[in-house]
Amino acid sequence: MTETAAFRVIHARVRRRRHPLVRWYRRNERAVLSATGIVGFFLLWQIGADAGVIDKLFFSSPAAIAAAGWQEVQNPRFWEDARVSGWELFVGSAIAIAVSVPLGLLIGWYRRLNYAADPWLNFANALPRAALIPIIVLTAGLGIEMKIVVVFLGGVFTIMVATVEGVRTVERHLLDVARSFRAPQRLIFTSLVIPGTLPFIVSGMRIAVGRVLAGVIIAEFYAQTQGIGVMIYKASNSFLQGGSDRMMFGILLFTLLGIVLYETVGYAERYFQRWRPGLDLEETT
Amino acid sequence: MERHLALSARGVQMEYRDRQSGRRLLALENVDLEVPDGAFVSLLGPSGCGKSTFLKIVNGLLRQTAGEIKLHRVAKGREDAMVFQDASLFPWYTVTDNVAYGLVCAGASRSAARERAQPYIDLVGLKGFGDKYPYQLSGGMQQRANLARALAVDAAILLMDEPFASLDAQTRELMQAELLRIWNAARKTVLFVTHQIDEAVFLSDRVIVMAARPGRVIADITIEIPRPRTLEVKRTPKFQEYEEQIWKLIGGQYEPAAGATAS
Repeated sequence: MTETAAFRVIHARVRRRRHPLVRWYRRNERAVLSATGIVGFFLLWQIGADAGVIDKLFFSSPAAIAAAGWQEVQNPRFWEDARVSGWELFVGSAIAIAVSVPLGLLIGWYRRLNYAADPWLNFANALPRAALIPIIVLTAGLGIEMKIVVVFLGGVFTIMVATVEGVRTVERHLLDVARSFRAPQRLIFTSLVIPGTLPFIVSGMRIAVGRVLAGVIIAEFYAQTQGIGVMIYKASNSFLQGGSDRMMFGILLFTLLGIVLYETVGYAERYFQRWRPGLDLEETT
Repeated sequence: MERHLALSARGVQMEYRDRQSGRRLLALENVDLEVPDGAFVSLLGPSGCGKSTFLKIVNGLLRQTAGEIKLHRVAKGREDAMVFQDASLFPWYTVTDNVAYGLVCAGASRSAARERAQPYIDLVGLKGFGDKYPYQLSGGMQQRANLARALAVDAAILLMDEPFASLDAQTRELMQAELLRIWNAARKTVLFVTHQIDEAVFLSDRVIVMAARPGRVIADITIEIPRPRTLEVKRTPKFQEYEEQIWKLIGGQYEPAAGATAS
């Protein structure tokens, strides 16, 4: 029996059957833990506010925000504000995409056009777009058109720069294949340039999400006509009367919208790249 | 005799000017070559001998700076089609759409092209893999699709640019045998570029041996090994004699870490 001491035995790992709740947790560990993180944050916020560590006057509390939100959704003015902000966001972004993608494809594809446009793209991208608002107001007024222009400017260059970059990095040897088979120009675009650039366009759109949302807020702060941005601004002015509850509700609303848009673009990204290995694989550990 | 030639090249020259030094580089110097209809001819040589350059000139991806190449005109379809070194499949297309690509380029509708691609998918042994994406295939299977894409346009001459170079040794041998089977079935003229002596001898009717700096033809060796050939042929004395003969021709040219020019 003493001979066994000469070996270090590696045992097989026996899979034990675990409690169904444990198995459910293991399958959904990621979702459970991130939910815990979110709930925990709001819980700490509430406790801190109730204990007086966090100043309710400025930072409100989750319960008060929820109450203010409940009040808001029963107010027709809120839905009008939401409609206006949503429309600015939608139209501005749609025009930004409709302009930036075709232009980006052309600038990326035609070398000379690229040389000529590149300095301007850098200029436009570096320019703090909020600084243009006074000019836009002078030409477009304080109405919804001006806010759409601001949203448009927030997204258009980000997506265009990404698109140009995507076209410039289309794989050379696939271009050789297309040329070797005498692909017509139109087919080179549809079979190679556009699918090869799509991942870049989509990641440009992901970056643009934050910028177009910022565009909505900045333009509405400036114009002071209608929209969730105006609601936030006005609420902050009446913080002594508990306005910060409503202000926080508006901020959280925008944040939530940002997350939803970001995730939607991410979903589109995975759909358009289903030919790519391993993108849909979740981590298992 | 002219009409029995699938390809004839006279005095083909390819000159580059080096961007930095401004020096002229002769990638190809005065290359003459005749490829009869239906023949399997290999261009063999070290990197920098211009073998791939020659293939690209025939394919029209590059234009020679002097000399002339004639391709036997065919009644319908294409004169030439290229099988690329890296499988070069479009990653966003399925196998079927990749194989159909040349047909779509030639103006066929997508559905007609898919239908016409099918027999070639079967021929190269990818039956049942038509709906897979390239990343789901092994390297050997990707090269089969690459080959099927070139076969599908039904060109008179198949240009193959080191198609098995990136495969592992076993797969490469298997693909060599497969290529002979497919060549036999498809009855094409093949111009095959490789730097592997045994590959060239095993596959070819003729091996054109090339040298680098400047890229030129130094020998034209007819391989008189009867067909059909199986991989066992590689272990016969006759085969090894050919290998030996060619190795002596080019063996001296390989330099360790020759930093310059790729082919």
